[in-house]
Amino acid sequence: MPSLKDLRNRISSVKATQKITKAMQMVAAAKLRRAQAAAEAARPYAERIEKVLANLAGGVSSGAPLLLTGNGRDETHLLIVATAERGLCGAFNSSIVRLAREHIARLQGQGKTVKILCVGKKGYDQLRRQYEKNIIELVELRGVRQLGFDNGDAIGRKVIELFESGEFDVATLFFSQFKSVIQQIPTALQLIPAQIPTNENAATASGPQPSYEYEPGQDEILTVLLPRNISVQIFRALLENAASEQGARMSAMDNATRNAGDMIKKQTTLYNRSRQAIITKELIEIISGAEAL
Amino acid sequence: MATFHFELVSPEKLLFSGEVDAVVAPGAEGQFTVLESHAPLMTVLKPGVVEIDEAGKKDRLFVRGGFADVGQGGFTILAEFAIPVAELDAAKIDADIKNAGEDVADAKSDEARRLAAEKLDQLKELKAALGL
Repeated sequence: MPSLKDLRNRISSVKATQKITKAMQMVAAAKLRRAQAAAEAARPYAERIEKVLANLAGGVSSGAPLLLTGNGRDETHLLIVATAERGLCGAFNSSIVRLAREHIARLQGQGKTVKILCVGKKGYDQLRRQYEKNIIELVELRGVRQLGFDNGDAIGRKVIELFESGEFDVATLFFSQFKSVIQQIPTALQLIPAQIPTNENAATASGPQPSYEYEPGQDEILTVLLPRNISVQIFRALLENAASEQGARMSAMDNATRNAGDMIKKQTTLYNRSRQAIITKELIEIISGAEAL
Repeated sequence: MATFHFELVSPEKLLFSGEVDAVVAPGAEGQFTVLESHAPLMTVLKPGVVEIDEAGKKDRLFVRGGFADVGQGGFTILAEFAIPVAELDAAKIDADIKNAGEDVADAKSDEARRLAAEKLDQLKELKAALGL
């Protein structure tokens, strides 16, 4: 049976925790709004570039750049695992890592080589335990306040550099797609070879595609556009991730605040009961002492 | 004058979207003007100024690393970086160039030096494009 003092301490410490989780929830809510706005602002560009690529790739000749078609091999896989820099956001990091892990296990089962590029410290910490040797690099975005295109571009360039030096054949990006505050979907997206949405339906609906004029040439445009596309995809994933992280943190902290509330209620009842019991006991002692006289 | 739909987007946001009369863009092989029902064209842009003519009102934006796509749906420019010319001024750019030059001089690692040099080049391009 805990003493009254113990109970009082317990209640006040839970109250302090509740204040912290409540504050974190509110901060996450404010950040979420900003992250969501940024993710939405980035959407038009990504959509347009996809459309332009689909247009171009439709009429591409056999000499297409390797970024589009891949280098024909399927031996070494690069997994880019994008997670958060901070914890305390529910299952956000673990669910991305879990998806990546399943992928790794499958690829290794098929006898393929796996290389991992971590973006964000939390994913690195989790993957390091099992796949220390496979991790080739860790990109930290800790100091970054507002994600800019530069961040996505830097990672994109790194990936392309690795691809061009023949370090890997296929690249897949792991991140969490933001659906709503309570729903984030861990997603795997293949970057190289590029997956171009086929717009056959659109083509048949609007009749034959107009013949484009290309300046300088179709292939030159593709060689500039494809690396850009990879950077854009990574940038978009980072933004989605940022929004998802805040959403996950918000709901995790909301749960924590509610749990703390429940606990305070329970402890307070217990505290009041034991206080009552002590008073009753003392009364009985006094009365029976008086009777004995 | 007949109008057509024009959009200017950067990865961070949609900068311009609306019906316009004419757009002048700095193509890789020379400046070109797009009017309504222009033939489908796709081109790389070099760093320079895009001029938008919207019902007699002229907007000027500096773009870097862009693509132009003229299609049936209108004209779209995808730019890696875009900023309205009105927000730029010569003195500030000169100061930035000086700063960037110093950054290159006292960069500690190769990586930092490369980044600083890149920034310096971009600023010089910007200055050249504006003809300041």
